[in-house]
Amino acid sequence: MAPARAREASAAGPLVATRRKRRYTLLTRHDKIIIALMVGVPLTLDLLLIWGPTLASVALSFTNWQNIGPITGKNFVGFKNYQFLFTGYTLFWPAFLHNLIWLAWLTLIATPLGMFFAVLLDREMRGARIYQSVFFLPVVLSLVVVGFIWDLQFAPTDGFINNVLGTSHSANVIDWLGNPRINLFSLLIATSWRHIGYIMILYLAGLKSVDPSLREAARVDGATEVQTFFRVVLPVMAPINVIIVVVTAIEALRAFDIAFIINQGKNGLELLSILIYNNSISEASLVGFGSAIAVILLLISLVPIVAFLSRVMRTLA
Amino acid sequence: MSVIVATAPRAAVRKASRRVKPARVILQAFLIAMVALWLFPLFWAVYASLRPYGDTVIHGYLSWPTNGLSLVNYQNVWTQAEIPYYYLNTLVIVVPGVILTLLLASMVAFCCTQFSWKFNLIVLMLFTAGNLLPPQVIIVPLYWIYLNTPIANLGSIDIGNFSFAIFSDNNLLYDQYIGIILIHVVFQTGFATFVLSNYMKTITKEITESALVDGANVFRIWWNVILPLCRPALAAMATLLFTFMYNDFFWALVLLSHGSKRPITSALNNLQGEFLINNNLIAAGALLACIPPILVYIFLQRQFVAGLTLGSTKG
Repeated sequence: MAPARAREASAAGPLVATRRKRRYTLLTRHDKIIIALMVGVPLTLDLLLIWGPTLASVALSFTNWQNIGPITGKNFVGFKNYQFLFTGYTLFWPAFLHNLIWLAWLTLIATPLGMFFAVLLDREMRGARIYQSVFFLPVVLSLVVVGFIWDLQFAPTDGFINNVLGTSHSANVIDWLGNPRINLFSLLIATSWRHIGYIMILYLAGLKSVDPSLREAARVDGATEVQTFFRVVLPVMAPINVIIVVVTAIEALRAFDIAFIINQGKNGLELLSILIYNNSISEASLVGFGSAIAVILLLISLVPIVAFLSRVMRTLA
Repeated sequence: MSVIVATAPRAAVRKASRRVKPARVILQAFLIAMVALWLFPLFWAVYASLRPYGDTVIHGYLSWPTNGLSLVNYQNVWTQAEIPYYYLNTLVIVVPGVILTLLLASMVAFCCTQFSWKFNLIVLMLFTAGNLLPPQVIIVPLYWIYLNTPIANLGSIDIGNFSFAIFSDNNLLYDQYIGIILIHVVFQTGFATFVLSNYMKTITKEITESALVDGANVFRIWWNVILPLCRPALAAMATLLFTFMYNDFFWALVLLSHGSKRPITSALNNLQGEFLINNNLIAAGALLACIPPILVYIFLQRQFVAGLTLGSTKG
């Protein structure tokens, strides 16, 4: 690399050739200032509005600040917020569990289904493009709209499901979105409607990038389609599989909109993200306490984020 | 590989394909059933939105349209809930949001992929990781920042009862269009930078180097050389970013307080109970709100899918 550049630089004229040692040989002072600005401005904004608040959340989680007056030494309470979170706050463990169920559902049911659809559609077949478009359609809808659309299915007396099951007028009407024992799963069905298409499209792109000769070879060697998939395609797809799992985990941790739309995340739909909002912004201004929940969510999120970065940055480097 | 295929016994190959045929039928049947299942919730919403409310009160929602179908619900939502006004709210947030995001992200991606310097990997990681954080992790301090950052009030652009403040009508970032635009731009720049860097990596550095030799400055190379080369990626990102910002609910919920400033997606939630008082109207409102992204999807499906997969499959 270096000799090639040096050659090119000297070909350009003696002026640049004198500075051939540095990588930036061709850049003038002016250029360097422009580069600094082009990276510096977005980076400053990113640090101020994303990473600054992230660190501030961590710091605030050790205080009892309530958004009134300045923060002084007296506000520092050590791990008290966390202590109360784990032992005294009745909504924390349910919310934690709901996030866990969300994650498990997406990872074990919705994501594999999306991958399954991708595998089915990844072949010469009449209508494959139409099927693909249909499965993908919900992905462009906002979760607010998804919530509204599914409310029409799940509503207790007017909803489609209860009317078909004949449980809309009887005394034991099924309240799909109101009953705290089942509403999380109703919500997960609605969420999956969107998630499956998303995963399908990501996975389909991955499948299309698999060298067709690999499959050809497996077929010639007498492998069945199922064998070919599990023994040949899946191992080749390892990088995509990691990304799919990470995307799924991040989606699960981010869940907020649809639960909030249905009932503000109450009564069986508590999620960590919603507890942060309710405690620190909407219902109370317990900044320190809400931040402690945010830190827990942050720590969990770091697992998929680090996994993603370590996978992806290798290729960007 | 083709040699092997050519020498493989023809009969065996033909037999294999014939054996697959009944499986194909099952596959098609399964997929058609799934497609029906996928479309049903949408179909049901459309059906409910087309039925007059009185009809559904008498016969229930699960009934044939004895009194016919009409667009009266759409008409009511459109005028009473002022849907065009909320479309405009979305428009003034999303258009600058997408353009600014693409400009900033392409600058960072350009500098980090076309020049090698010490920190470019760290910078890319900061942007990428920042976008992967759940927004709720940063919301508490961000909310404080928005309530405590002074912004100039230099009047406004008024169109009818719609007013776009320059830059803030309460001297804060909070409850302002520019505040929402700002957080969208900063948050999505992380994602766009990641995808665009992936794309720009494939552009050889020699293009930039020879342009430098020819005496072009860095800014001109970015604008006149690299951006035109990235047109497909930029189109894909624009489509995707439009949908992301259009569909946002959380930022608008927290960082706007006046209902009159809410973009259509989050306004929908406010309108429920006030104007969207029955399922028929709710269905009509929800469907009106998702027409723009569906149009984008229908006409720009290729770009949309490319945008989603650019980030994941180049790895």
